[in-house]
Amino acid sequence: MRAGPLRRVPWAVWLLLAGALAAQSLIPPPAHHVQARALHPPPPMLQAAALGEPVALARLAMLYVHAVEGTTALRRLDYPALRGWLEAILALDPRGPAPLLAASQLYAGVQDPARARLMLDFVYQEFLRDPDRRWPHLAHAALAARHRLGDLPLARRYAQAIRTRTSAGVLPPWALQMEASILEDLGESAAARALIGAMLANGQVRDPNELRFLERRLQLLERPGEPATGAQR
Amino acid sequence: MQSTLAATFLIAREVVHEALRMRLAWVLAGLCALAFGLAGFIGAVALTDTRATQTALLAALLRLAAIFIVAGFTVTSIVREADEQGQQLLLALPLPRAAWLLGKLAGLGLVALAPALLFGALAFAAAPAAAALAWSVSLWCELWIVAAFALLAALGLSSALAALAATLAFYLLARAIGGFQLLAEQRGGSALLDLIGTMLPRLDGYASADWLVYGQPAPLGPILLHSAIAIALLAALALADLYRKEL
Repeated sequence: MRAGPLRRVPWAVWLLLAGALAAQSLIPPPAHHVQARALHPPPPMLQAAALGEPVALARLAMLYVHAVEGTTALRRLDYPALRGWLEAILALDPRGPAPLLAASQLYAGVQDPARARLMLDFVYQEFLRDPDRRWPHLAHAALAARHRLGDLPLARRYAQAIRTRTSAGVLPPWALQMEASILEDLGESAAARALIGAMLANGQVRDPNELRFLERRLQLLERPGEPATGAQR
Repeated sequence: MQSTLAATFLIAREVVHEALRMRLAWVLAGLCALAFGLAGFIGAVALTDTRATQTALLAALLRLAAIFIVAGFTVTSIVREADEQGQQLLLALPLPRAAWLLGKLAGLGLVALAPALLFGALAFAAAPAAAALAWSVSLWCELWIVAAFALLAALGLSSALAALAATLAFYLLARAIGGFQLLAEQRGGSALLDLIGTMLPRLDGYASADWLVYGQPAPLGPILLHSAIAIALLAALALADLYRKEL
C-alpha cells in the first residue's frame, strides 16, 4: 500500500489532531511526588527482581536513592530507611563503592550528629565484611568522626580497625599512622609511642623513608613538651 | 545431501535478507543513538561511580532491547510466512522439514549476531577487551536461545501476540528462576521451582553487566555448552511440532 498526498486526509482528522496536541500541551499532567520509602525491599527480593543483573539493579537503586535525597534536605531524610537501602544495594553489588562513598562523604555530612553516626556506623559494619577493599571509606569515616563530630574515641576505634583488620601490605603509610595521630590528639602520648613502637617492631612498615619518619616521630614523642607533629615538616 | 545443504543455506540467507528489509540496521542504529543520549543523562544524574553506573545500566538496557528486537522479528517473520502460505509452499517441496528449520535457526543466529556485535563494540569503549568480548559472545548465545524459543512458540501457537507473550514469559522466567529459587530456599526450598530450573536455560548467568563493570567475565566454555544444549532442545521440540503438521 503506497502513501498518498496529505491533502487526502479529511479536515476533521486534522482538527482532532490539533485539538489533541493542544490538550496534551496545555492540560497539566497528574502531580507526581517522589517520596522516600520507609521500607526498603529485602535483599533476596531484590536479587529475584534483578533478573540476573544485580550490578545494574544496584546502580539503578542508587540513582533512585539519590533522586529521593535530591528532593529532600538531608536533615529531613529518613536515615534508618536510607541505611536500609544502602545495605540492600551493597548486598546486591558487594564490590560497588557507591553506597559506602555516599554514606561516608555525603550522608555523614548532615548537621544532626545522631544521623551522621548512623551513617558512620553503617560504613564501619560494612568495612568489617571486606576490610581490604573497604578501608578507604572507613578512613574517611574516621576523619569525619574526628573533625566533624569531634569524637576522638570513635575516630580512634575506626583507625584501629583499619590498622588491625586489613591484610599486610594493603594500607598506605598515612592510613597505618592514622591511629597514632589520633592518640596524640587524645593526649595519650604513651599509647601513641607504644603503637609506633609496635608498628616498627612487627614489620608493618618496610619503606625506609617511612621507617625514618616514624623513628623521628617516636623520638619527638619521647621528649616531653615538644610537639610530635613537628616531624611532619 | 548437497542440495539439502544448499537449500538450508538459502533459507538462512532469506532470513537475514528479511531482517534487513524490516530495517533491522536502522533500529539498531537508533538504539545506539538512544544509548549515547542515555549515557549522557545517567552521567548527569549519578553522583558517584558515574562510569560504572553508565556501563551497568546501558549494558542491561541494550541487552533487553536486543531481546525484544530478536523475539519480535522471529515471531512476526514466522507468523507472516505462515499467513502468506509461504511456509506451506516450502514444506511441500522435496526437502526435509529439518532443513527448513535448521535454515531458519541458522538465519536467526546470524540476525542475533548483529546486535551482539554492535553492542559488544560499544562495550569495548567502556570495559577491558576480554570482558567486552565475553559479554558480546554471551549476548549472542542468549539472543539465539530466545530466537529459537520464539520460533518454537510461533510455529506452535500460530499467533503473533500469543507467541510473543510466551517468548517474553520464557525469557523472564529463565532470568528470574535463580532468584526465585533463592527466595524459596529461605522457606525450605521448592521441588517445583527446582524442576523448572533444570528445564530452563539459566539465562541469569549470561552477559551480566558486572563483567563489564569489574572486568571479570565468567568463563565462556560452560555458556557455549549450555547454549548449544538449549538450542538443540528447542530445535528438537520445534521439529517434533513441525513433523506432525499436515499440509
